[in-house]
Amino acid sequence: MAFASKSPWVIHYDASSCNGCDIEVLAALCPGFDVERFGIINTGNPKHADIFLVTGSVNERNIDVVKEIYNQMVEPKVVIACGICACTGGIFHDCYNVIGGVDKAIPVDVYAPGCAVRPEAIIDAVVQGVAILDEKSKALAEAKKGA
Amino acid sequence: MGKATVIPFGPQHPVLPEPLHLDLVVEDEKVIEAIPQIGFVHRGLEKLVETRDYNQFIYVAERICGICAFGHSMGYAETVERLMGVEIPKRAEYLRVIWHELSRIHSHILWMGLAADAFGFESLFMHCWRLRERVLDIFEKTTGGRVIFSVVKVGGVVRDIDEAQFAEIKRVLEGIKHDYNQLCKAFLKDTSVKNRTVGVGYISEEEARALSMVGPFARASNVNNDSRCLGNGGYADLADFQPIMDTQGDCYARVKVRALEVLQSMDIITEMIDKIPDGDIAVPVKGSPVDGAEASNVVEQPRGECYYYARGNGTKYLERMRMRTPTSQNLAGMTKALAGCDLADVNMIVLTIDPCISCTER
Repeated sequence: MAFASKSPWVIHYDASSCNGCDIEVLAALCPGFDVERFGIINTGNPKHADIFLVTGSVNERNIDVVKEIYNQMVEPKVVIACGICACTGGIFHDCYNVIGGVDKAIPVDVYAPGCAVRPEAIIDAVVQGVAILDEKSKALAEAKKGA
Repeated sequence: MGKATVIPFGPQHPVLPEPLHLDLVVEDEKVIEAIPQIGFVHRGLEKLVETRDYNQFIYVAERICGICAFGHSMGYAETVERLMGVEIPKRAEYLRVIWHELSRIHSHILWMGLAADAFGFESLFMHCWRLRERVLDIFEKTTGGRVIFSVVKVGGVVRDIDEAQFAEIKRVLEGIKHDYNQLCKAFLKDTSVKNRTVGVGYISEEEARALSMVGPFARASNVNNDSRCLGNGGYADLADFQPIMDTQGDCYARVKVRALEVLQSMDIITEMIDKIPDGDIAVPVKGSPVDGAEASNVVEQPRGECYYYARGNGTKYLERMRMRTPTSQNLAGMTKALAGCDLADVNMIVLTIDPCISCTER
């Protein structure tokens, strides 16, 4: 799976974000920050994606959608919580319809805080995510050898 | 005729940055009915007024939506100022208008990029978003934030813009205008773009009125509902304000209205910068809203008219805060426009209402 770490594809889902982090995720992919030059492409298909960028906190309605996208992604996979809402619930942590950060639904590998998260922070988180992706694919290969 | 089939669209869909679910009832390739389902982004933030005082809530109001963030903070602040009878300095009003119109430019260019993506013109999408970065640079220089600014407070604004920065804004806007006119050519003159937009998702003027549509979506059907005409705040001092309208009522008209509104906003900003008076940028606000006092306000957001309502209860906490956001008004019009369209045009029509789901559900 060495190719995955060289050009990881990302999938983005807006859990219950205010759009601020979503447009920053898109801005990171567009000219100005342009992570596409590293081969990072936004895809709409969970089966194509290596990295799952979640913005916003989870609630009763979308927790199943978040889990479903995560389950459909193929191993190895990395989850990045973008923005403080996705990390902890942020300013909305005590709203009645907010369960909390994304880690209440799925395991999160990298947390990128900020309100709204800055594109530089997203790029930093993706770079860390790629390293974790490498480790995970190595571990998978080891497990295969062992079996 | 084939039999009716239901195709789910969303909440996770490549064309939508936001979660909206549509059940599309299709017969062959024609959509006969679209049934929207919402609730994926609901947080329940109106209830937060009970635990945040009226000064703190402005930061919550700003986070209703990250795209029209400034408009929401301004709308909320104006409502509370009316509730408490606070008169803010002229300079603060002008500064608010300047930032609000800059937000409209960034929102419309962002939308045009997404629309380009929806009709499969990826490079145009990238060009739009590259241009938008320059507007965000102005925000970053003047407020410190790229999407959430936190510059409005009850009683005025937090930061001032100095003369050098005004000159810089004017210079940057001139540059943006030049590049933007080239983008407009692609949107309004290009044959392949016109093939995707002309005649698609038609809404007549009567329908637009009957469905209470707001914003550019309604103005493209020749309904004048631009609440900037009311002349709230700094808008009262504009020499001449004519809302951009169109009579065609299709996707092309909606693109055109938004495209021209960007140029209009640039003119408004230039006029405001030329006219801005010296003086304070905020007045101190003390005390709390009177028990039972009520105030309402409308702000023309990039997506249309947004209505605010607040009621005080004698404490620092508001009794009730309510907003009616543009997209919730436009959803009915969207389902109307979707009925009878081709399945391949669904993403284009959904985008031309410029849906902002997080505003709608809050």
